[in-house]
Amino acid sequence: MGFFNWITENQQIIYIVVLMIFVGIEVIGRVPSVLHTPLMSGANAIHGVVIIGAIIVMGRAEPDNYLALILGFLAVIVGTLNVVGGFVVTDRMLEMFKRRKPKH
Amino acid sequence: MNILTLCYLLASITFIIGLKMLSGPASARKGNLVAAAGMSVAVLGTIFLYRDDAGQRLGNYGWIFGGICIGGLIGTLAAKRVKMTAMPEMVSMFNGMGGLCAALIAIVEFDHFRRHAIIVMEGTTASGMLIPVGLLIIILLGLIIGSVSFSGSMIAWGKLNGKIKDRSFKGQHLLNLLVLLAIVAGAVYLLFCFDLSLMGTLFYLILGLALLYGVLFVLPIGGADMPVVISLLNSFTGVAAACGGFLYDNKVMLTGGILVGAAGTLLTVLMCRAMNRSLANVLIGSFGGGNTVAKSGEQEQGAIKEISISDTAVVMGYANRVLIVPGYGLAVAQAQHVCHELERLLEQRGVEVLYAIHPVAGRMPGHMNVLLAEADVPYEKLLEMEQANELFPQTDVVLVLGANDVVNPAAKTDPASPIYGMPVLEVEQAKTVIVNKRSMKPGYAGIDNALFSGAKTSMLFGDAKKVLQDLVTELKNS
Repeated sequence: MGFFNWITENQQIIYIVVLMIFVGIEVIGRVPSVLHTPLMSGANAIHGVVIIGAIIVMGRAEPDNYLALILGFLAVIVGTLNVVGGFVVTDRMLEMFKRRKPKH
Repeated sequence: MNILTLCYLLASITFIIGLKMLSGPASARKGNLVAAAGMSVAVLGTIFLYRDDAGQRLGNYGWIFGGICIGGLIGTLAAKRVKMTAMPEMVSMFNGMGGLCAALIAIVEFDHFRRHAIIVMEGTTASGMLIPVGLLIIILLGLIIGSVSFSGSMIAWGKLNGKIKDRSFKGQHLLNLLVLLAIVAGAVYLLFCFDLSLMGTLFYLILGLALLYGVLFVLPIGGADMPVVISLLNSFTGVAAACGGFLYDNKVMLTGGILVGAAGTLLTVLMCRAMNRSLANVLIGSFGGGNTVAKSGEQEQGAIKEISISDTAVVMGYANRVLIVPGYGLAVAQAQHVCHELERLLEQRGVEVLYAIHPVAGRMPGHMNVLLAEADVPYEKLLEMEQANELFPQTDVVLVLGANDVVNPAAKTDPASPIYGMPVLEVEQAKTVIVNKRSMKPGYAGIDNALFSGAKTSMLFGDAKKVLQDLVTELKNS
């Protein structure tokens, strides 16, 4: 009955996954096609949350574990690239939408 | 620890609210900032408040801050400097970085697991070794999905900036399937082989195969379909990030990752729907076989009429209504500002000027809206496809600026055409069609366009910016 045990042990996480799938679908369900690109870019920045994993890897690396140090450092760099670049690019795209309002 | 939990909760909520706001035009920009603020809270909280299971704080602050500074600096500069036309590539590149990050985490954690397993094994008999299958599955999933997303995004990036050409060969789908099967088989075998050194070999073999799969997966897909592919890979990276959440029992990584995985998948489907194609059709790619059609079509091309700048200026200057159809040609020539100038000049002469925007014009959905908004074109001048198609029969002049596939009548009339069934702008309904192109080369989908040889069509060859500038000068002088 390993499967049932696994579900019981991880039920919190499983609940989160199931609910987040529905939230994710619901929340962007009515996006106009004009916003497809900025939305994709914004979502791209949000999955940059993987940076937290990179920080944990880096922060826990023992001083003599060169693999963890080097790969962890690289992971922090590319993870930050994803987050910062993603948000800045999205902001630049959306900045251009903003100006149309006062021109009306 | 309690404060950190609160930080993560806060960040998770901002991600949901941010995505919600990003899908409405009025709130989109704020939504992006809300999500960014939540992300900062989560990252800073992790750095300063995180404790592992043994209650240990994180170390190596120098490395962490160094990495964040380098990544942040490069990311900001790249994002600020990139031209509007290159936005899609940029998103693909950042997405690949996220995938790489997830894969790197998986590699380090696997190494950690092996070291740990060796210590355990020295104390027990080899046969009594307990393999934490759940942990390994998560590590492997993060590795595979992250690597596919990384190499796939890099290929998509290369394709969009023209460094990599579409490439497909016979049996490619079969090969892809075999590689995928090999990855799955290798992963399953790894879980049950109980041999640490074999596990290591298999792990890096799977890494290599996953990278290869990402390349093979994206390579045959036509460049015009890249936005859909990027969106799909985007949701892959989301799932890879969620694997990290499982690994560290980290709720914010889990919510953020799954949220993007789900929203990204829906977005991919919505994009396909805007082109009236199924996702399977995009991925298996009927575009790959389109090359032969284009070649045989070249000879059949009927007589093409050219029109001069001054004639174009006259025709447009005396029209009642002009509809401009922007495409990638406008984007690549950075001609949006001069296009707006032309529009204002014509309006001063009492000509009604509107823009007809195909949902997938350019390289990404919404690409044209972003570009024209940059040039201060009022929002209400941008017509969506349905509105534009109603207006074409009452339009005097349609000016097509570097658009091709989105105005190809073959999508309605020729069932053999690879784009058959895609909704298109019915520009041929207008009284006159003027098409600006750099040359007679077929569009991104590589297929012929009967519009160019149509009776009402005149061709205006040249770079979009140069042509528009000449038109503006001509209109000012006349």
